[in-house]
Amino acid sequence: MSLGDDRPLLSVRGLVKRYGPQVACLDVGFDLWPGEVLGVVGESGSGKTTVLDCLSGRVAADGGRVEYATAAGDVVDVRRLEEPRRRRLLRTEWGVVHQNPRDGLRMGVTAGANVGERLMALGARHYGGIRDAALSWLTQVEIAADRVDDLPETFSGGMQQRLQIARNLVTRPRLVLMDEPTGGLDVSVQARLLDLLRGLVADLGLSAIIVTHDLAVARLLAHRLLVMRAGEVVESGLTDQVLDDPQHPYSQLLVSSVLHP
Amino acid sequence: MSDPALEVSGLDKHFTLHVQGGARLPVLTGASLRVAPGECVVLSDPSGAGKSTLLRVVYGNYLAQGGKVLVRHRGAMVDMAQASPRLVLDVRRHTMGYVSQFLRVIPRVPALDVVAQPLRDRGQAPFEARARARALLERLLIPERLWTLSPVTFSGGEQQRINVARVFVADYPILLLDEPTASLDAASRLVVVDLIREARRRGVAILGTVHDAQVRGEVATRVRTLASAEAA
Repeated sequence: MSLGDDRPLLSVRGLVKRYGPQVACLDVGFDLWPGEVLGVVGESGSGKTTVLDCLSGRVAADGGRVEYATAAGDVVDVRRLEEPRRRRLLRTEWGVVHQNPRDGLRMGVTAGANVGERLMALGARHYGGIRDAALSWLTQVEIAADRVDDLPETFSGGMQQRLQIARNLVTRPRLVLMDEPTGGLDVSVQARLLDLLRGLVADLGLSAIIVTHDLAVARLLAHRLLVMRAGEVVESGLTDQVLDDPQHPYSQLLVSSVLHP
Repeated sequence: MSDPALEVSGLDKHFTLHVQGGARLPVLTGASLRVAPGECVVLSDPSGAGKSTLLRVVYGNYLAQGGKVLVRHRGAMVDMAQASPRLVLDVRRHTMGYVSQFLRVIPRVPALDVVAQPLRDRGQAPFEARARARALLERLLIPERLWTLSPVTFSGGEQQRINVARVFVADYPILLLDEPTASLDAASRLVVVDLIREARRRGVAILGTVHDAQVRGEVATRVRTLASAEAA
């Protein structure tokens, strides 16, 4: 039956990455639909970050297709795009939120400039407009407007992470890739960020892929889960079904090893 | 009887516990039942018979090993046991509500927004969704000073009422109720009984478990056990 949108935003098939004899990910495939949040879970070394890096092109995959339905309406294989076009896609229609905010922010420029920079990269030139957009996004991620001219260095970890999110969302991406977005944050700060992320994803109709080892985070943010082990997807399905009735021995082990997922 | 809104047939469910040496735990074997619009079917088996498991399979929270779970969704019958995750989510958004015995929420979100969420998920404006949520919280006797607080800190009975509120806020045509009145005081129990009876009159198809014999008598149009249900 039809669910309104006729094709996936992202369609991944047979993604492979090896480091010498070591398999980082093997034959990973999935579809991501508009407005959907996909969680990728598994323990350290399971290949989940490699998948994300292969999608964003940060790491070159050895094989597979990554088909993306662009805003313009055509379908492109991201792995085969010429470099300038791939970079432009990453700056406009995609966003990448790194686990460590330092990897996604420019620490030497102000918070406002961090957010405004992505707009300028797209050709925005009007200073007032850029500053207004930056201020509006800082407010949306709950950073006080009077911090706009401060350097990210002076922010707490949670604030830096929120700044990184604002920097990504200012260009209204359609797809956001997030690697452990709440990793390394205090539990109280995590809850706030989770609430913020969920609200933004829902209000903006974003699609997102979230890599996390935290099953509680996955439960609250993701519609669907992929469980990875040793580079392969061992189980996939509806988030609450995978967590409450896991089928694969490894998923069962993962779920039963947590106190309260 | 009119066409069922929910029809379970030949449902098999067992758990294979790989972490515990592959032990196999059978729970449901060939379970079958039908619920028509306006009916409230209450399962009355003793604890451990698989009532909650059945509700979870119907909701798509547990996977079935065999059988069908047909629900009327957007005018067609959808088999929840075979549906893709996207379709299951669509059924949950528009057709089927489930009051579980647990409340799982993001710690910081106020009770009012937790209850309004199902309407927000359908794209209703925040103002309208909150207005509906307020009406239900009031009806379920949740003091207004709690509305802006996260339900994480609420008492068991208050959490249960939040659970009930966020399902009844959305007017689903099918409701699954897992002990909706357990841990409630007499006054709130009455409210929940009224809500269920009103839903029945609106033509909602309801399947549930209710331990309390008096409440069961007040809400059920049919009482049956999983064993007898197999012959439906």
